[in-house]
Amino acid sequence: MTPINETLAQYSELFMLIAALIYLVSFFFFSWDMASASRSIRKLENELETVNTKELVGASGPSVNEPNDRKQLVSDDMEYTDGIKRPAANIGVAILVVAMLAHAFAVVARAVAASRAPWGNLYEFMTSGALVITVVYLLFLLRKDLRFVGTFVSGVVLLMMMGATIGFPTPVGNVQPALQSWWLITHVSVAVVASGIFALTFSMSVLQLIKQRAEKQGPVNGFMRLVPSSSALENWSYRLNAVAFVMWTFTLIAGSIWAEQAWGRYWNWDAKEVWTFVIWVIYAGYLHARATRGWTGTRSAWLNITGFLALVFNYTIVNLYFPSLHSYAGF
Amino acid sequence: MRTALMLLLLLAVAAVPGSLFPQRRAGADVVETWIDDNPTIGPILDFLGMFDVYSSVWFSAIYLLLFVSLVGCLWPRGKQHFKTLRQPPARTPRNLKRLPEYGQLILESNGPTPEEALVDAEKLLKKSGYRTELRDGSVGAERGYVREIGNILFHFGLLGVIVFMGIGGLYKYEGQKIIVEGQGFTNNLVSYDSFTPGTAFSEERLAPFGIQLEDFDVVFDRDSETHFGQALDYTATMQVTPGPGEETYQDTIKVNDPLTVDGVRVFLVGNGYAPNITVTDGEGDVAYSGPVIAQIQDPNTNSSLVVLKVPDAQPEQLGFVGLFLPTSYTGDDGVAVSIDPDAYNPELILNSYHGDLGLDDGTPQNVYVLDTDGMTEMNSRNNENGGITLGVGDSYDLPDGMGSISFDGWDRYVGLDLHYDPSKWGVGFFSSLALVSLVISLYVRRRRAWVKATERDGHTVIEYGLLARGETFGLREENIKLRQSFDHTWPVIPPDTSEDK
Ligand code: HEM
Repeated sequence: MTPINETLAQYSELFMLIAALIYLVSFFFFSWDMASASRSIRKLENELETVNTKELVGASGPSVNEPNDRKQLVSDDMEYTDGIKRPAANIGVAILVVAMLAHAFAVVARAVAASRAPWGNLYEFMTSGALVITVVYLLFLLRKDLRFVGTFVSGVVLLMMMGATIGFPTPVGNVQPALQSWWLITHVSVAVVASGIFALTFSMSVLQLIKQRAEKQGPVNGFMRLVPSSSALENWSYRLNAVAFVMWTFTLIAGSIWAEQAWGRYWNWDAKEVWTFVIWVIYAGYLHARATRGWTGTRSAWLNITGFLALVFNYTIVNLYFPSLHSYAGF
Repeated sequence: MRTALMLLLLLAVAAVPGSLFPQRRAGADVVETWIDDNPTIGPILDFLGMFDVYSSVWFSAIYLLLFVSLVGCLWPRGKQHFKTLRQPPARTPRNLKRLPEYGQLILESNGPTPEEALVDAEKLLKKSGYRTELRDGSVGAERGYVREIGNILFHFGLLGVIVFMGIGGLYKYEGQKIIVEGQGFTNNLVSYDSFTPGTAFSEERLAPFGIQLEDFDVVFDRDSETHFGQALDYTATMQVTPGPGEETYQDTIKVNDPLTVDGVRVFLVGNGYAPNITVTDGEGDVAYSGPVIAQIQDPNTNSSLVVLKVPDAQPEQLGFVGLFLPTSYTGDDGVAVSIDPDAYNPELILNSYHGDLGLDDGTPQNVYVLDTDGMTEMNSRNNENGGITLGVGDSYDLPDGMGSISFDGWDRYVGLDLHYDPSKWGVGFFSSLALVSLVISLYVRRRRAWVKATERDGHTVIEYGLLARGETFGLREENIKLRQSFDHTWPVIPPDTSEDK
């Protein structure tokens, strides 16, 4: 066992706080983008009126037939278009990158300080989970224009950071023997990435429901015009959820292999296992809903939201209050 | 599909109570205490099976129905797909322009004839994984058949998992055993402290091996300021005899790293100290001598509970209860506590009793609880004799000539879980199969493609169309790829000079 590097551990804690502050700033910019959406849209439309629309709209771009002032402002494939300028959102993304760097330093420093993977307790689990969410989001941003969920992503990450540092501060230490397993490391890391994707599709499903209501009530206004159509949101959450579901299935299997190695039973219906299973079944239901008549659209969005709520419940209430072998009492 | 969805959602809901209420499978006594504490709702919940959720009628009914519906729904689908596999790709639609992706190319007049172009097109489609058929004036192509195979294998993989879990329930067994350093254990029913057999278990199934705990070693964290004394590593060194008359070898057990003998896995699930104690009774005979399992009360200091019953003592039975302190330290208040989990200064702090242990009426007793109802207190911090404090090698004469007790030394003990589950390989196989086929069924795309070739004004005109079955993601990209490979193969007239619009 290598000794704990206490200096590095202190730097890690400091940078965790700094990262949380930067996330807060990023959150403000994304919110500002949301709040000022109507104004930016009006500005763009004023500019458009002076320009010949035919030139701006390519053959594969948004439909030409819509009336000029109701034109679609974002692509349903979430491609970047040079339509509307969103300076606040862009600053939000830039600041998010800075926050991510500080955050990554904090997480890596903690791992190096303890010479192990940084998810041995709830504090570490939440802070590295938050980092994964940010990284997953930024990676998607490279290819797709997902700025419309920026407020949500930075908000969730901020909450997780605050929850970890205020709710469960834990000094760096070596990990209990039961947690020293290669299977556990893969199990947890894949689960965290899957959860990051589920968080993203959760926000897309929420927006889908809001947008759908807006679409039904006539012309869409304000920030919602910067959000892709509800059917595009549905398609994209399905695509992403399919990836996350495979990861969750793997999580389930890797967890069972670890349980077999640690306790001799691969499945014991302990509270943590029950909830991992429940979440898996809900998302299986979600995938089925896609192929079931009458269950696409609103209902499948609700299923996706339920799945994510179960996931949050699993990481918070179940971890804290449910007696479980996974809480490693007794050894 | 609707039934399957409903049953899936029902299954998710039905699994939840098992995490809310204590389950008998995890510990029957916890459940009984819970029912005693909630006398009104307890029995009702018990009647509803809330304490045995995963073996309850309703839970089993849901998943059995789910799998009945699975077989009922996927078997015909599988048969249908088997037929599809042997049929040629779907016939060419009359108007390709109606398809979601469509393209047209006009070739230079020195290019291939329509017939030659179709042969090329078939080759290109084959190369991109399509199954093709060359027809009169067109090529029909289809790909992604394995998607459906993946889907069917996934569902039957899940069925395999359930079947093998069921087989496991028949033949598996598990048991617990505590052994002290130097002690051994042979795998037969009487040796276990507790034993849970599968429903089809018979005693001949126990593999006749023996194991002995040679040494148990704990590494404590001595570097960290914040986690000083936390246990970092446990190693049990074992002597293993795989069968009667067979050669003994040495092996180790660690947490997450069990010992495997004859298919039985031996896990390290607990540990503690076992002080060696000798009790001599009032008549001068040795009434007890050996290790006493002390239960750890506080994992930070390993302060442990000692209970010793000496039924053989004469003229009266003796009982002792107290603490084993691995690193004993007496503070200013005169109370001894343990200040470290390792055994630097082990001490026994005991109260003693004489009288009737209450063992003779045959009711089973918890070995870790001393029932003092029929006994008289001899030593305690609260009476004039005081408590007994013994360091290693110390001895103490009990009051009133009741005998003596000595603390001879200490060993460590381990709690072992033994598991035998022959079906776990089947479960592992089918869950891996399900995972792999899930990937196939979610990511393989089903596509149909058609290419038509006609002649117009001495030019060969190619038309093609693409159709997605199921998810339409990436159909546009597929069109672009196909288009590029056509552009590479044939002398295509650039679109701005042709009328391709
Ligand atoms: C044990 C519970 C079940 C689980 C966990 C489960 C899971 C899944 C998953 C994850 C998919 C998505 C794969 C894909 O889209 O190709 C799927 C698809 C499908 N499942 Fe299930 N399933 C279960 C039970 C059933 C049952 C009982 C039926 C029969 C009614 C069924 C019929 C189907 C069908 C037909 C599809 C293909 C849907 C499509 O074409 O997109 N499943 N299932």
